Amino acid sequence: MGFSDSFFARQFGLGERDLESYLAEALSRGGEYADLYFEYVATTAISLDESIVKSATQGVSLGVGIRVISGERTGYAYSDDLSPERIRKAARVAACIASGPASVGRAGFEAPAGHDLYPLAISPTESSLADRVALVARADTAARAWDSRVFQVQATFGDQLKHVLVASSDGILNWDRQPLTRLSVSVLAREQGGPPERGYSGGGGRVALDHFLLDKTPEYFAREAARQAIVQLGATETPAGEMTVVLGPGWPGILLHEAVGHGLEADFNRKGVSAFSDRIGQAVASPLVTVVDDGTMPNRRGSLNVDDEGAATRRNVLIESGRLCGYLQDKLSSRILGAGPTGNGRRESYQHIPMPRMTNTFMLAGESDPGDIIRSVPRGLYCTTFGGGQVDITSGNFVFSATESYLIEDGRLTRPVRGATLIGNGPEALRFVSMVGSDLQLDEGIGICGKEGQSVPVGVGIPTIKVDRMTVGGTA
Amino acid sequence: MTPAELEELAAGAVRLAVAQGATGAECTAVEGDEFSATVRMREVESVKEAGSRGAGLRILVGQRTGSSYTSDLSAGGVRQMVRAALDGAAVTTEDPQAGLPDQDQLGSLAGDLRLYSADVATLEAGAKIRQAAAAEEAALARDPRIVNSEGASFDTNLARRAFANSLGFRGSYESSSCSLSAVPVAREGASMERDYWFTLGRGYQDLEPAAEVGRIAAERALRRLNARKAPTQKAPVVFEPRVARTLLGHIFEAVHGEAVYRRASFLAGKLGEKIAAGHVTVIDDGTLAGLFGSSPFDDEGVPSRRTVVIEGGVLTSYLLNSYTARKLGLKTTGNASRGITGNAGVGHGNLFFTAGREAPAEIIASVRNGFYVTELLGFGVNIVTGDYSRGAAGLWIENGELAYPVSGVTIAGNLGRMLMEIEKIGSDLEFRRGSVAAPTLLIHEMTVSGHG
Repeated sequence: MGFSDSFFARQFGLGERDLESYLAEALSRGGEYADLYFEYVATTAISLDESIVKSATQGVSLGVGIRVISGERTGYAYSDDLSPERIRKAARVAACIASGPASVGRAGFEAPAGHDLYPLAISPTESSLADRVALVARADTAARAWDSRVFQVQATFGDQLKHVLVASSDGILNWDRQPLTRLSVSVLAREQGGPPERGYSGGGGRVALDHFLLDKTPEYFAREAARQAIVQLGATETPAGEMTVVLGPGWPGILLHEAVGHGLEADFNRKGVSAFSDRIGQAVASPLVTVVDDGTMPNRRGSLNVDDEGAATRRNVLIESGRLCGYLQDKLSSRILGAGPTGNGRRESYQHIPMPRMTNTFMLAGESDPGDIIRSVPRGLYCTTFGGGQVDITSGNFVFSATESYLIEDGRLTRPVRGATLIGNGPEALRFVSMVGSDLQLDEGIGICGKEGQSVPVGVGIPTIKVDRMTVGGTA
Repeated sequence: MTPAELEELAAGAVRLAVAQGATGAECTAVEGDEFSATVRMREVESVKEAGSRGAGLRILVGQRTGSSYTSDLSAGGVRQMVRAALDGAAVTTEDPQAGLPDQDQLGSLAGDLRLYSADVATLEAGAKIRQAAAAEEAALARDPRIVNSEGASFDTNLARRAFANSLGFRGSYESSSCSLSAVPVAREGASMERDYWFTLGRGYQDLEPAAEVGRIAAERALRRLNARKAPTQKAPVVFEPRVARTLLGHIFEAVHGEAVYRRASFLAGKLGEKIAAGHVTVIDDGTLAGLFGSSPFDDEGVPSRRTVVIEGGVLTSYLLNSYTARKLGLKTTGNASRGITGNAGVGHGNLFFTAGREAPAEIIASVRNGFYVTELLGFGVNIVTGDYSRGAAGLWIENGELAYPVSGVTIAGNLGRMLMEIEKIGSDLEFRRGSVAAPTLLIHEMTVSGHG
């Protein structure tokens, strides 16, 4: 598809000459680099509560963000009005970061080769509202049918279609159409007269509605949420202190996101404020551990054909057999560090300055049988479901909160215990990984990562692993 | 646009929705200008400046609800927004409690709430950058162990907000804010720690001096150096004001009308019961002049008010919008809150613990062996059950004195029990850092999990 057939060219009459002139305006006071990021997002959200479809929301937002880089300085402005006068005005505001004679960008554009990771015949936003309502209604029915102790079900279905266009003074012109959908189910259950417990499940990705009709059905997520709530009804206090922790496959990969992922983002490392700064080549994990960030996995929530600076995404090895290999780059950091691009420049929207972010972050499978891993533990904790996590990248301390865990006694899972936060230190925690399972799984597609006030969708994954020592924040 | 023009835009969208078949409608329109400058290691790192607009519409067709939003405030954009909301109402379910507030509940507070300070709009970009530079410089100059910085930022926001509904309510107001923050990094040997401090005001004149912001941020980072894990034990926990505010966040989630009617809160069904220690009083007040949680009316056109949430340890009120009030057979507390997307939710005004009598130093001095918490990490709080387990850092208290820095530990308990076990409340309540304010709090006992 040529540029003249792209969304912004067709809908807003943008031509390559327009883009060149806006970039020239942005560089009118000097600076080494400028880029334009056009974005149009159509969103739908349906929510059901108490078996009533209470809300159906549709919305549209559009705008353009303009950035000028001069040395290590960034000037940024945006406009939600795509008229040429408003775009020029924003370009002049961003230009103020530099103060010299005008500089000239590269003449002409070219689109770097990208991927086609989510070629949907029908975008989710083009499906009928009624079809989407049917998904949340099915989730409600299935969760209530799972167990008579289920008494509240909330189900939400959200989708968006985002069109982006990036044009830069170094000659990149790239565009993409990015669908994103998510179904989530939250359930409360209680014994007769007893206190309620919660279960939560959800999933999605850069997929069409048929993902939820054929494969991951509303019933699949509803039953999982109901199952978790019922398990919690029988949970007892979690032990406190250091112990052996076995993480189940899939979403527990949030460990990697918090323990190493953020600390390897290049902005923190070029500034020297990360616990991983200046540690490339050093052993930071057990030799069993290889961690990858891969933005090129088809239909995954964290995947992108092009990142938000117009660069093609890649598969980047962060830790190989325990050794730190590299950082996640955006354009500014890779220029300053003299490193190659990794395709990790991302932003929440046109109102935000891009920075290095993760895509899909996971640990490669090992050779251990998952059952053998549990059988090897005399006393410990097996955690299969997690809520969120957070990291202090400077000290390296990170947490992630288990919402479904079981005690391991003499190599067997004995009883469920209540939610608890696990805490560790990034450059230390993965040294204690002593077994890695053969059962790598990726999460279902619900991850949202927050950094400096910007949220972006991400994925995580991990096989079953055994961590010999980790601090568990229980109460017993 | 002027506030009056925004108000007319909202009222126009409501009229159009009614003309096209809505039996009720409400529209919020917002416009804002943001500026942000960051200085790092004495150089300007970034400057951002822009304005944005948006409108959100909720309509009723009988007892069915539909909603929509747009960033395109042109006539065509508004027409599309109205159509999208009507399309939504065609697929939702009849909800007996759906509706706008009652006519007699609508209104706006009289008088000047001082939400807008003219000195923010007139402040030059250069002056803002100099403030950020001064804060960072003060941090870097504080001690040779402050070797690095994540920078200092000066941010301003100007906002205009309008609301109109089909019951004839129209209102608008302007607000301003500015803030200054610094994030220095301290290093000694292999230990590297960062911390931050900030000041926030409706007006520029409300801010603490830049040198103070930098100095406090540096001292906070320095005192964390060479932290170690504490042994696993049960111990008293003191929350400094910055982290005590997070407890108010949890109380808010637990008295939030939606959590209460779904019984997704450990405080659901406990109105009139003793749920906290006898000296604990929590107030939500959206009427305090010049503060961040104040507004003349909520996001459904109901006047903001003062609501006593916990009085002398007894739960006296939930926080409600008109929908959650109808679900619970109660009256709205004027706490409707919405961005521009979806239906109105519930928000808080200025939410605070009333101050106690003891100075923070006296509270620390009263603890023989305990944990003074200055930072919390993670999201390990379950509002349904009250289960609480979070990462923590701070200083260990030995014989009434702050003895050594601690990190890499968790504190755990249950919110219901923590509220009952608030043993001391400090006198150090101040409303200088946003819409939630807490003094120093001492909790009788929590489980600290560290080494062993």
